[in-house]
Amino acid sequence: MSTGQKEPLQSSLRVQELIYGLRISAVMTSKVFAVSRNCTMRDVRTIMKNNSISGVPVVDSKRVVGIVTMNDLMNALEKGAMDDCVTKWMVGEVQTLAEDMPLSFAISAFGKFSFRQFPVVNKKNELVGILTFRNINHALIRELSRQLREMEQQHEHPPEPESLNLVKVYQLHRYDFENGGKASSEIKRFLKERNIPPKTVRRVAVASYELEINLVAHSIGGMLGFDINEERVKISSHDRGPGIADIDEAMTEGFSTANEWIRSQGFGAGMGLPNVKRVSDEFAIESAVGMGTMVQAVIYLNPETKNENQ
Amino acid sequence: MKISELETLDDFTCLQDEYEDAEISAGYTSDLLSDVMANAEDGSVLITIQAHKNTVAVSSLAGVSAIIICNNRPASDDMLAAAEKEGIAVFQTARNQFQTSALIARYLGE
Repeated sequence: MSTGQKEPLQSSLRVQELIYGLRISAVMTSKVFAVSRNCTMRDVRTIMKNNSISGVPVVDSKRVVGIVTMNDLMNALEKGAMDDCVTKWMVGEVQTLAEDMPLSFAISAFGKFSFRQFPVVNKKNELVGILTFRNINHALIRELSRQLREMEQQHEHPPEPESLNLVKVYQLHRYDFENGGKASSEIKRFLKERNIPPKTVRRVAVASYELEINLVAHSIGGMLGFDINEERVKISSHDRGPGIADIDEAMTEGFSTANEWIRSQGFGAGMGLPNVKRVSDEFAIESAVGMGTMVQAVIYLNPETKNENQ
Repeated sequence: MKISELETLDDFTCLQDEYEDAEISAGYTSDLLSDVMANAEDGSVLITIQAHKNTVAVSSLAGVSAIIICNNRPASDDMLAAAEKEGIAVFQTARNQFQTSALIARYLGE
């Protein structure tokens, strides 16, 4: 199905995976200029002009109740209504992002909505920052230079062939069952060749295969990253959507949203995510509808830190 | 029993015979690949009607060394090619999963 599609370079996938792994809070601007309901459009203009920004959230006891953008300001200016309250011109229903969301969700949000900035809120729904594309670009450049430094260091001290260190990212496309399983096979071989006990290899294979099939069967596409060192295998899966509405439901054995065709292939029995959790020593999942899902599974290679559920 | 002994059973056709003739230690009957992935033992024979490439992927990851396709379901060419690459034997039989399981269980002394 993906024949003819050119796979991006491993290094570019690695950078994507790295920035996808960042939290919004680590990338956003924490210094936010916000106005209260009784401020005027003229106040907003001054703020925008002095700070060269294009959107100002409107807050009521730290909660975001609206946002005034350059567009709203121009509309008010045209009508000569600069002394109006912001509430008259702001956009009321604001799409916010949560500060602890992975950056990949924000990237999906920028793709989905045409907004140029998103107010970022904490768990109490209070405004804590603002995220623009410029923030993401900066994060990307930062991660790129870090990656480059790492590659230079690696060039100076190339890892030994039997070394257990590996960072690899695979890109997966929707309904590409043809290639689902490829990543897991490669990783399995890698671990087997390095004499990792078969039971541990199998746990890694189960987690990785289920995540791979999930990406292929349920997401619109995404990536699966492996970060392996002497102590553990860290598998992370990021996708661009559609996102899971109810995570508890998705974690329940037997629950599945798979269609008939997927089921006829022997998948979609609602065992995927529970299987991943069962074989993992550490497991985390996050999802937001319209933005994507992130799963992280860690399996220890050290026999002393065994998974107690096994 | 050894994998090669499956070839001698009535109604069994070997579709992929590039395999290492290992001892079969257990059997697992399922058409749900996630279930196979989670529960099939290493060195077992898989009894199923799922005759496509992903069955081979799951078998390889779970350590299944032979696949028996029931009800004479046709196996796709890419499935057999993948099985050859992985060294997993593939058989086809007219029997259903229940009959096949019962037969293999007798040989395994279960």
